[in-house]
Amino acid sequence: MTDPANPLRDPRDKRLPRVAGPCVLVLFGVTGDLSRKKLLPAIYDLANRGLLPPGFSLVGFARRDWAHEDFRQIAYDAVKAHARTPFREDVWTHLSEGMHFVPGEFGDPGAFDALSMAVKELDESRGTGGNYAFYLSIPPKAFPLVVEQLQRSGLAEREEGSWRRVVIEKPFGRDLRTAKELNDTVHRVFPEESIFRIDHYLGKETVQNILALRFANSMFEPIWNRSFVDHVQITMAEDIGIGGRAGYYDGIGAARDVIQNHLLQLLALTAMEEPTSFSAEAVRAEKAKILSAVRVPGDLSASTARGQYAAGWQGGVNVRGYLEEDGIPAHSRTETYAAVKLQIDNRRWAGVPFYLRTGKRLSRRVTEVAMVFQQAPHLPFSETDTEELGQNALVMRVQPDEGITVRFGSKVPGTSMEIRDVNMDFAYGESFTETSPEAYERLLLDVLIGDPPLFPRQEEVELSWEILDPIEEFWASRGGLDQYKSGGYGPDSADELMARDGRTWRRL
Amino acid sequence: MNIDLTGTTTRQIQDALTQSRHLMGGPAVGMVLTLIIVTDESAQYDAVRAATEAAREHPCRVLTVISRDPRGGTSRLDAEIRMGETGPGETVLLRMYGPLAEHADSVVVPLLMPDTPVVTWWPGGKVPKAPAQDSLGRLAQRRVTDSYAARDRLGTLAQLADGYRPGDTDFTWTRLTSWRSLLAAALDQDHEDIVSGQVAAEPDSPSAELLAAWLSIRLGVPMSRAVSEGPGITGVTLTTTAGDIVVHRPDGRVATLCRPGQPDRQVALMRRPMAELLAEELRRLDPDEVYREAAARFAKDLAGGTTREGVASDPVSATAEAAKTGPAKREVADREAADDASATGDDGEGAAGGSEKA
Repeated sequence: MTDPANPLRDPRDKRLPRVAGPCVLVLFGVTGDLSRKKLLPAIYDLANRGLLPPGFSLVGFARRDWAHEDFRQIAYDAVKAHARTPFREDVWTHLSEGMHFVPGEFGDPGAFDALSMAVKELDESRGTGGNYAFYLSIPPKAFPLVVEQLQRSGLAEREEGSWRRVVIEKPFGRDLRTAKELNDTVHRVFPEESIFRIDHYLGKETVQNILALRFANSMFEPIWNRSFVDHVQITMAEDIGIGGRAGYYDGIGAARDVIQNHLLQLLALTAMEEPTSFSAEAVRAEKAKILSAVRVPGDLSASTARGQYAAGWQGGVNVRGYLEEDGIPAHSRTETYAAVKLQIDNRRWAGVPFYLRTGKRLSRRVTEVAMVFQQAPHLPFSETDTEELGQNALVMRVQPDEGITVRFGSKVPGTSMEIRDVNMDFAYGESFTETSPEAYERLLLDVLIGDPPLFPRQEEVELSWEILDPIEEFWASRGGLDQYKSGGYGPDSADELMARDGRTWRRL
Repeated sequence: MNIDLTGTTTRQIQDALTQSRHLMGGPAVGMVLTLIIVTDESAQYDAVRAATEAAREHPCRVLTVISRDPRGGTSRLDAEIRMGETGPGETVLLRMYGPLAEHADSVVVPLLMPDTPVVTWWPGGKVPKAPAQDSLGRLAQRRVTDSYAARDRLGTLAQLADGYRPGDTDFTWTRLTSWRSLLAAALDQDHEDIVSGQVAAEPDSPSAELLAAWLSIRLGVPMSRAVSEGPGITGVTLTTTAGDIVVHRPDGRVATLCRPGQPDRQVALMRRPMAELLAEELRRLDPDEVYREAAARFAKDLAGGTTREGVASDPVSATAEAAKTGPAKREVADREAADDASATGDDGEGAAGGSEKA
């Protein structure tokens, strides 16, 4: 833990980065995709940037018959293939010395006793001080088992002056009831302040960028309300299918997978009032307030849409439809596209619809929040001059290239008066962030430092489920699911949803 | 795209920049600052390369001012524009001949990016006496020097400390960041009271002096200097009532952290390349007050002759330990004083050369 009285720390000294204290990170599910592609490289990148403490140790736990060397080799390959920063032998040598592997099943008490021994040994040999972070990169159904074993083996017990932290990934349940159950399970062993819920799409960088845009500037906030904003579109489109995630995805679907967490978090950040400070507590209070003001429309058949991708050509490749994917039952009714229209009942946003959509196998990968503004109340031009003029828009692009786009009308060069929409782009990548850290680096560092992150707490998770549950129930009660063409813009019913309000989706 | 303009004017350079930007479809959008590099022909290659690398993180217009033959009779300006090949941003090499070399600011001013910060960097050994007074330094919010490259390193650093204005900074300080963050992290954990300390480094190391000065300010204890073979700083010892906290880096690559009652731990602690140092400087454009304090303490100690007497009189540290380590420190101080004396002449010339060039 950071000693507040450390004389070498000075708030004016902005060069000094925060460095994690001595600790062990225990990674469950180390054989998974996420571990190899994101977590292990992120750990290396942190080490390379000098942000991990001397003696930092990593313990892998999985159902494999591996020795430490095998684990190190896997990690080495992962780092070589996916790390963001250049490979340095010295950094790797010292990092890999602290890598250990414990084989075992989640249900096997002996394996957890071995794990407990292993971390205690690391405390002795590498001076990690009894500080453990447990990263549960495992299916949610294994949570109760692992958490229980952590408790039984004494790993979850904290001695004076040390800490325990647990990291869980979305999905945080599949409805309000299961979210509460999951929470109770984890809470039985870990207090709320040591639970870190990770939503990597919404890395802290994005959250902070949105907050900076809104609250560090004076030119946006005055128009950030119902007097100027016509509607808001929040989109997360993916060009890939479900890949190897059939077991997880079927029965969950796009709304639970994406809308419940990413899109509602983006909505909260976009629509919330200014927090009194940027402390995690103050931001969370505002997010909770706005989420409790969200109203699901009465007529769900007119304000929601969903679909499943059908076979087709996506980006020059002939791809299978959802029902033909491996491991998906032929009659699955899980949606891979979901769109909903939400209202926010407060003074700032009354009457401004928020359209949320997400889908797989669409034309392009994009996550963005678009504020679409009202037409100018009067146009002193002839109608032919402004035929090509649409609505002004301010788009906060979250990925792939993070930045801001402003869309406005401009005169087309030439002798005749003609006004057309143009885009003005600001890319964070262009100006500041070639070296901006991957979301996972920030997240892992926050966990190891123990910084209460700007990430969802249980209250927000529950509020989000309260918004989504009625929609899911409605969908479950209705038959029929539109198929949409892979590589396109989603099902027709989603376009009709917008057309009913006289609006259109932004083209992906 | 490369454009060579000989015997040119700033107007022509501007036109060429605008035109090539149009041709390339606007790569200059989003540039966040102008970086002026003051250098000579021999050092420009490395400096420009480092700047190009740093520009990936901070897209900028790089104006490299190279003075050629300032004693020549006729003024001439040659410009070389590089765009779009090496990364974002634009690089302009400005070679100035004759009397024009004395008025480089008149060439640079029209080429600054409007309404964005300006940083001036002297990568070589020719460091102006007071960067903020220099004609090119005056244009900048941030002035970056490198006293390690100077002939009289310690004297140059002391001089920079005397002429300090908000926005000044020196690479000898930037090089310390990884050391300082490791030490700060070491003290994040519980430890007994620190009573004294020592910084070991190659002789004639301004970074080591700054580190010692910083530590003694922050910790309020006397810091002594030990001389080692290098490379760079080789170790820091903080003596606590329960034993020594030691960070030891004999090879310039890997540091070992030793604490009383705990196993030794190793961590990579690299000496960083120039591009990384520059990128760090460009990240923060606000005055670095912590550097100012450390540099001022160092300059005071150097001028004081008996050096770190100032530390001993520090209220927190007026302890017996200070008296005990006294002689060792005095020895180092004497050596420094001697160095300083022998180098003063050189330094005077060096600085004069610097301002002449600018």
